[in-house]
Amino acid sequence: MPTKIEKDAVSGTMTTGHEWDGVKELNTPLPSWWVYTFYATIAWAAVIMLLYPSVPALSGYWKGLIGYSAREEVMQDMATARQARAATFQRIETASLADIRRNPELFTVALAGGKAAFGENCAACHGAGGQGAKGGFPSLADDTWLWGGSLSDIQQTIQYGIRNTHAESRQSAMPKFGIDGVLTNAQISDVAEFVLSLSRRSTDAASATRGAAVFAENCVSCHQENGTGNRELGAPNLTTGIWLYGGDKASIMETVRASRSGNMPAWVELDPMTIKMLAVYVHALGGGE
Amino acid sequence: MSALAAAAGAPSRTPDHAVAKSAPVYVDDPIRAFAVVTIFWGVVGFLAGTFVASQLAFPFMNLDLPWTTFGRVRPVHTSAVIFAFGGNALFMTSLYIVQRTCGARLFGGNPAAWFLFWCYQLVIVLAASGYVLGVTSGKEYAEFEWYVDALLTVMWVAYLVIYVGTVMKRTEPHIYVANWFFLAFIITVAMLHLGNNAAIPIALGSTKAYHFASGVQDAMIQWWYGHNAVGFFLTAAFLGMMYYFIPKQANRPVYSYRLSIVHFWALTFLYIWAGPHHLHYTALPEWAQMLGMTFSIMLWMPSWGGMINGIMTLSGAWEKLRTDPGLRFSVTAVAFYGMSTFEGPLMSVRAVNSLSHWTDWTIGHVHSGAMGWVGFIVFGTLYYLVPVLWKRSQVYSAKLMSWHFWIATLGIVFYITAMWVSGIMQGLMWRAYDEFGFLQYSFVETVQAMHPFYVIRMLGGVLYVTGALIMAYNLWMTVRSPSTAPVRAPQAAAAE
Repeated sequence: MPTKIEKDAVSGTMTTGHEWDGVKELNTPLPSWWVYTFYATIAWAAVIMLLYPSVPALSGYWKGLIGYSAREEVMQDMATARQARAATFQRIETASLADIRRNPELFTVALAGGKAAFGENCAACHGAGGQGAKGGFPSLADDTWLWGGSLSDIQQTIQYGIRNTHAESRQSAMPKFGIDGVLTNAQISDVAEFVLSLSRRSTDAASATRGAAVFAENCVSCHQENGTGNRELGAPNLTTGIWLYGGDKASIMETVRASRSGNMPAWVELDPMTIKMLAVYVHALGGGE
Repeated sequence: MSALAAAAGAPSRTPDHAVAKSAPVYVDDPIRAFAVVTIFWGVVGFLAGTFVASQLAFPFMNLDLPWTTFGRVRPVHTSAVIFAFGGNALFMTSLYIVQRTCGARLFGGNPAAWFLFWCYQLVIVLAASGYVLGVTSGKEYAEFEWYVDALLTVMWVAYLVIYVGTVMKRTEPHIYVANWFFLAFIITVAMLHLGNNAAIPIALGSTKAYHFASGVQDAMIQWWYGHNAVGFFLTAAFLGMMYYFIPKQANRPVYSYRLSIVHFWALTFLYIWAGPHHLHYTALPEWAQMLGMTFSIMLWMPSWGGMINGIMTLSGAWEKLRTDPGLRFSVTAVAFYGMSTFEGPLMSVRAVNSLSHWTDWTIGHVHSGAMGWVGFIVFGTLYYLVPVLWKRSQVYSAKLMSWHFWIATLGIVFYITAMWVSGIMQGLMWRAYDEFGFLQYSFVETVQAMHPFYVIRMLGGVLYVTGALIMAYNLWMTVRSPSTAPVRAPQAAAAE
């Protein structure tokens, strides 16, 4: 359906003479700013292609005139960074934990490095500030420690972990008193009542007294006579009111019945210096001994 | 007599009026069906998006059920908005436009169009149910597994035949620019689909298939697909939509025929190379990354050609922006298109990309394109097309259209500004290190910092869905309400 070329009254531009379902087109020339900007981007692209690796060849590729390589650049950046801090790092590597803790300069670096490593490796379980989490992830910011809170204790725990397959891992297991049939339900209830009494929360004196006998017979070898625990075995202090798996009677009974055994990996993939810095950082979170 | 003249001179919104007496009988029933499902899937897709946005802000919204976790619902959202909402909108408009601008009835008639309709709805339902049940190819925006891919291939070939068949029997001497864009879309999507889904099922009875390529080759093919799904599905095809409906809504000629030719070919040639910019700073060879970057920069002006033609077509009709909220949607869409197609090349520059990549900035960029450009051009088109398709005199309520416009615009602004701030902050936090070279923030700290922006983003989604629901009601009433009864035929008017 040929139509005629006409002048558009509004713009004064001619149409192309085509019409589709009432839609016409103006024959406006390309906007010159558009054309020149387009040319500029093409020129820019050509320059980039010339300077940088950009075009494949039958074998290999065009390397560019300035010999740029992002991979090499990164390696160089990393090398420069390593060199810049090499001296400080070497001192941390050779210094003892106690020396690092005492030396303000090394302590500052170790805190920063420890914080970074903690955020990437430890925060998932222990929380971003080491506050711990429900379900057996202890707080690292209080002064209660299962396996010891000295710098070297913490270092040991981080390096080899708890109840894992590493030969140096910290190991211990609480018996499953209920499941294994060592204690009856009544005895478990009594001993839980006694444990409550250790933090002055017992409401049934008779039961607690009966429980004291059960405790003396079954629990003191690890938790000590007064219930203050034993760090050699990771046996928690039961008198502090701080509970890893809940301190209400039902939770305590469940712990006695089925036992709990939280574990932590051996951080063998972290280099010894990072472990050192982590130990200093965790030690400084609030409860270091 | 005067009444007759008034009726004849009334602004004719039905294009059929404009065409010569012997206009063919167009296939319209399936197009009406496509319009209905466009609105339906749009609402579903926006709801799914808002739901996954709420999961990112509040993890308990994962509901602790395998079928409702973020990983499974997110592809439901992306596929629903891109393929179900966007795809049905493209079928609706391309089949409508090709008939009108070719002056020819659809090749294959009603049965062909109904085949496309039902086949496509089946593809959507099969794909979405698969995602929820954990069946996915794991390729972003191509998560369909092989059995859905095969079905889609069959229907896509039918689509090409129907489209080319209609163009070939046209009564117009030239092919209108909208049809170039739709053809480029159909052909390129076919190529992308076959390339990225060339997978071999592990067994005929299994839903699982593996792509022939692996590793970085697989990644490159994936982003050659992914980027051009944006380029040809969400850009070229929607430009086709724009090239017909903006001149129609504005009742003005297209600004520049020459620009349409030059930017069409430039866009088509350059887009296909730009995929590697999705893989900056990865194992992809550096030359490929650099090549992708340069082509992305060169794409800037070709992309803007569409924006210029869309916006400048309004010259002489600017006042319509005040009176026609439908046109306001279309023009705002073109403005968002211009913004995203500037932001895209910018983000492809490696120096910028080293900050923006894998951050929320990318999500914000995608959504300014998806919600602003794709969403708004479809809304504008629906407000024009629904009264035409159902032969109603006008949209039920211009006021509700305005409400939709402002609520949805506010939703987009919430969304993209939240993601800009969150994304740039995230990128800066990731790269921050102290004087000793230690990372300053752990990953979880960046997540914590983003939380408020995730809430704002979710609110943006809520606004956008609200707008779409208003539109659904408004268009329902357009079809149903007596107040939008069709313009009376001249004889009836004369008899009054």
